[in-house]
Amino acid sequence: MTWLESHWLTLILFAPTAGALILLILPVRNEKGIRVLALGFSLISLVLTLLLWARFESVPVTGGFRFVERAEWFSAIHAFYHLGIDGLSFPLVLLTTLLTPLALLASESIKTNLKAYMVLFLLLETGMLGVFLALDLLLFFVFWEVGLVPMYFLISQWGGANRHYAALKFILYTMGGSLGLLLAIQVIGLSGGTFDLVELFQRWPALTYLNLPLGLSIETIRAIAFWAFVIAFAIKVPVWPFHTWLPDAHTEAPTAGSMILAGVLLKLGGYGFIRLILPLFPNEAQRFAPALAVLAVAAIILGALGALAQQDFKRLVAYSSINHMGFVVLGVAAAALAWRAADPRAQLDANLALNGAVLQMFNHGLSAAGMFFLVGVIYDRAHTRDLRDFGGLYALLPVYGTILIFTAMASLGLPGLGGFVSEFLVVRGAWPQLTLATALSMIGLFFTGAYLLKALRSVLHGPLNPRWQGVLKDMSGLELIVILPLIGLSLLTGLWPAWLLGMINQAVVTLF
Amino acid sequence: MPVDILIGFLPLPPLLAFFVIMLFTYRRNGLSHGLAIGSVTLSWLGSLVVFWHALQVRDLAEHPWGAQLNWIPTGNTWFQIGVHVDPLTVVTLFFVAWTILMIFIYSVGYHNYGQPRGTLDRPGLPPQGAEVQDAHGHRHRVPSVEPMYARFFALVSLFAFAMYLLVISDNLLTLYIGWEVMGLCSYLLIGFWYARESARNAAVKAFLTTRVGDVFMLLGLAALYTLTGSLNYRAILSNPQVLEILATTASPIAGISWAALIGLLLFAGTIGKSAQFPLHVWLPDAMEGPTPVSAMIHAATMVSAGVYLMIRFFPLLAAGWVPGQPLTLPMAAMAAIGAFTALFAATIGLAQRDIKRVLAYSTISQLGYVIAALGIGAYVAATFHLVTHAFFKALLFLASGSVIHGMEHGVYHTGDHLDAQDMLNMGGLRHRMPWTFWAFLVGGLSLAGFPLFTAGFWSKDEILASAFESNLLVFITLGVAALLTAFYTMRQITLVFLGQPRSAAAAQAHESRPVMVVPLLVLAFFAVTVGWVGVPQYFPGLGGRLPNWFGAFVGSMLGHAGETSHAIFTPTPLVVSVLASLGGLFLGWWVYRIQRERVQDVLARPLGGLYRLLERKYYVDEIYQAVLIRPALWLADVFTYRWLDQRMIDGVLHGVARLGIAIGHLFREVIDRPLINGAGDALAEGTHEVGTRLRALQPGRLQIYLLLALVAVILMGLAFFYIGMI
Repeated sequence: MTWLESHWLTLILFAPTAGALILLILPVRNEKGIRVLALGFSLISLVLTLLLWARFESVPVTGGFRFVERAEWFSAIHAFYHLGIDGLSFPLVLLTTLLTPLALLASESIKTNLKAYMVLFLLLETGMLGVFLALDLLLFFVFWEVGLVPMYFLISQWGGANRHYAALKFILYTMGGSLGLLLAIQVIGLSGGTFDLVELFQRWPALTYLNLPLGLSIETIRAIAFWAFVIAFAIKVPVWPFHTWLPDAHTEAPTAGSMILAGVLLKLGGYGFIRLILPLFPNEAQRFAPALAVLAVAAIILGALGALAQQDFKRLVAYSSINHMGFVVLGVAAAALAWRAADPRAQLDANLALNGAVLQMFNHGLSAAGMFFLVGVIYDRAHTRDLRDFGGLYALLPVYGTILIFTAMASLGLPGLGGFVSEFLVVRGAWPQLTLATALSMIGLFFTGAYLLKALRSVLHGPLNPRWQGVLKDMSGLELIVILPLIGLSLLTGLWPAWLLGMINQAVVTLF
Repeated sequence: MPVDILIGFLPLPPLLAFFVIMLFTYRRNGLSHGLAIGSVTLSWLGSLVVFWHALQVRDLAEHPWGAQLNWIPTGNTWFQIGVHVDPLTVVTLFFVAWTILMIFIYSVGYHNYGQPRGTLDRPGLPPQGAEVQDAHGHRHRVPSVEPMYARFFALVSLFAFAMYLLVISDNLLTLYIGWEVMGLCSYLLIGFWYARESARNAAVKAFLTTRVGDVFMLLGLAALYTLTGSLNYRAILSNPQVLEILATTASPIAGISWAALIGLLLFAGTIGKSAQFPLHVWLPDAMEGPTPVSAMIHAATMVSAGVYLMIRFFPLLAAGWVPGQPLTLPMAAMAAIGAFTALFAATIGLAQRDIKRVLAYSTISQLGYVIAALGIGAYVAATFHLVTHAFFKALLFLASGSVIHGMEHGVYHTGDHLDAQDMLNMGGLRHRMPWTFWAFLVGGLSLAGFPLFTAGFWSKDEILASAFESNLLVFITLGVAALLTAFYTMRQITLVFLGQPRSAAAAQAHESRPVMVVPLLVLAFFAVTVGWVGVPQYFPGLGGRLPNWFGAFVGSMLGHAGETSHAIFTPTPLVVSVLASLGGLFLGWWVYRIQRERVQDVLARPLGGLYRLLERKYYVDEIYQAVLIRPALWLADVFTYRWLDQRMIDGVLHGVARLGIAIGHLFREVIDRPLINGAGDALAEGTHEVGTRLRALQPGRLQIYLLLALVAVILMGLAFFYIGMI
């Protein structure tokens, strides 16, 4: 391995931070320079990710991961700077490095405090990437929290009318979950003797005795730690009933912030479920999987119904995330039930469900970011998001209309586009074990169609609201650059899912 | 090129045309329709080549053509997709290829290619006509070209792609992809004139109603894949062991077998797609789309796809069934729903005034026929009727579009504002539009099952014959439906073409252009001749002279079990079929020959409330609105959003937040302020106070200080003295 290969992930991870530091010393007034520089550094991460992908197979595997880096960090407590990537994290790393530059491009309307905005955005990218790349629990937690702060400021400084409420709700909710997570991480780290995840995957589930002065049995402590993890991640996903921060945060955040929130931040939760909960708590996960499935189905159904109730376009899209991310959790629950089952059929079920869950995260990242961007496009022009104010805009905005329909269909999971493959895999994987839950989730799937068509119908179709005649302009070239990669990838995944699923499948097979 | 590879390429030209038109040629009308028609011509040609090759092969059913490729990695194996051609595919390809090509060509004329642009025309609305000035300075209103002409051809191309994909698929998953893409296309095309309120509602209704069936179908896919480890037709349907296991293993629901449960789930998809009761409501509203779309949806593609699915999965639906024995659960459901729908829709068709709506209900009714036939095990007859129906229904829709076009011409000419689709405004059009009249007549007679000459007669007769043998109730229902079908068909022909024009526009109607008429003639040819390839052996006089090619070819799909069970001639069904057809036709003409006024149907007064009930379609839409849609919206808006999210969850959160603030306040008011602040302040104030008091002792005069020092020394001395004493 060359030096470059052995530090590849560090470069991806900290290129945005380097950009942020350089931005700090740049004069505030050079608006264009700030934009170009921020975009440039986020593109470095993207290019490096693509290059990494190109040589992914050729790099040796250590402990199930590739491009591994490991260095002492806090040697006293056995915490390491340990990074690595595999088929579970790669799709999300790609998603992050792809969406960040697109979100920066979608920030044209940001005029105030541009420098601070860009710095925060780049720091946010490092925080998110760190979560996906960390192979050390403590490091994981640090990045988990690092991502939180920039987003708080992005919402509270550049958000909509109700931004302070939304930002506070967002950060308090997430921090509330983090408390338990931190405690649980400490318990695991201390009793396991290390924070290194690759070692913990072996050690922690095998522990039979715990040297803690609490007088609790190890089963109880495991269960408590499990639920601490679950709640932290469930808030992030979000799983019903921990979801009410989401509509507020997503609606009030600036367009680019919503794109990242829905596109990547929610995936931190889903990733946590798959990367940490399944291997660290296989027995607890199996035991509590039905409860998790119930919550997932509640999210799927109630998220869709909640979306249907909205008159604010952005809030409708925000609720749709709850609906879609429910399928991720349903897939996780199904995989947990069949975890390392002896029966090869059950193993296949788990495999499919987990494949679907990871792919669903990727697909939802594309479609949700696209939807939020398109809401932003129309809001920039019309300065309203109320669905009742629109009507018949297709005649004025044919390009926008076509792209909106496409993106809505991607979100709906139309067969031929990516979302269908992942939802089908989850449904197929969950069906044998969680038959009733899967059947009930179909109600949510039906209402997904209902709310998306409601949005299309109100915005594009029907008699033209004369107020917009001659006021609205169709999408600009820059806006097309933002949306086309999302559309293209969605179509590619729908037609030939193996381009990404091959890698995911490989990782999932190793996981079992 | 080997046929296997050719098959895989059949859907691709229209898909390419879709993308090219959408991305590049959307401003060029001629180029766009050239691309679209060129692409479906390629697919049509390919289909005919496949058809021709299939005719040369003896055992296509046992050894279907196909090819697979790896698609989704699933653990250590792959989920494969591929293409598959067997006799069922071949006959489906045949009618799909012909009808689609004809519809595409016809659309050029229907959307007024070559006409001027209308000054009032807007995207999203049907063309309003354009003013032109002729050589003598007279101003005329003439039809204007469709403002979204290229877009139309892009969308129907995608539609054609989806149908081809569905037909050549070798597995349920790619079938489902074609199925859903067609759903999207129908949504976009029904809502083609999206600026109309009615069109956008119809589009949403079509998509959501069919989606009800689709989500059930998705569960069926999941279940089937779980149990068999595959969705491939050959792996499941041609494998008696798999079918046997499915038919004998109990599912968790009510102890019915998995085969039955999966069959019912898939059937739910068909109920939506093929507009069977109770999910039929979207189809009549789908008439909001341009007429070629109606033909596409109702004849060539979408509704046929639903029936195709049932025919394709017949081995699963009938798993465990032996002819003559009680029907399996899915078959019984199909027989019941199909027969009921056939009759139910036919009665509604009696009282519709819109020329296309009558045809829409007749579609629902005829598909009910096919479903019922399949339900009672008449596999070949069902397939046969699917094919003949595709031809004569496509013909009828395109002919009705031609009528509407002619009427619109009259409307432009006279300047009247009247509904060009209302049959009561028509009359006597046979003189003005002779080609269209003859074409429509052929289609109508085929639909009514006019004996011997028409294709519809042969397929319908076979269904009735099978029903007579297996289930009398189904037979009677279908027989009555046949009578009603003939009646409303003749009502339509009489109202539109016979008698005298009932409006000035009808008197000024105009025959359509050749580009519209020629497709009608092609389809009329098939609406007659297709029936002759399936004349049953037993038929008196004709049987045996014409080979029953269709029965042998499609029947081979079921192996020996597919041999027509009714090899012996029974006169009753034939008599019923002929009587229903001729009687209905005669009655239709006899009743409606006296229609003179434009306001009211001649039967409206004598039938009174019954007529209104039929006219309002049994109030099904109103009932759904009240018991399904409104409660669903309430559930979303009031229950989920306002109560659960805002009041309960956020209520709890805000409660916690308020509690936190209250506790903080409490600490501040009870502990912080009085105790801690109080103590601190008291200390400070006390010190200050003491200082102030003591200041009097520090006036700055040396004598006083010395005096004080003296006093202090004395006091200390005294103190030490006394301490020493102790």
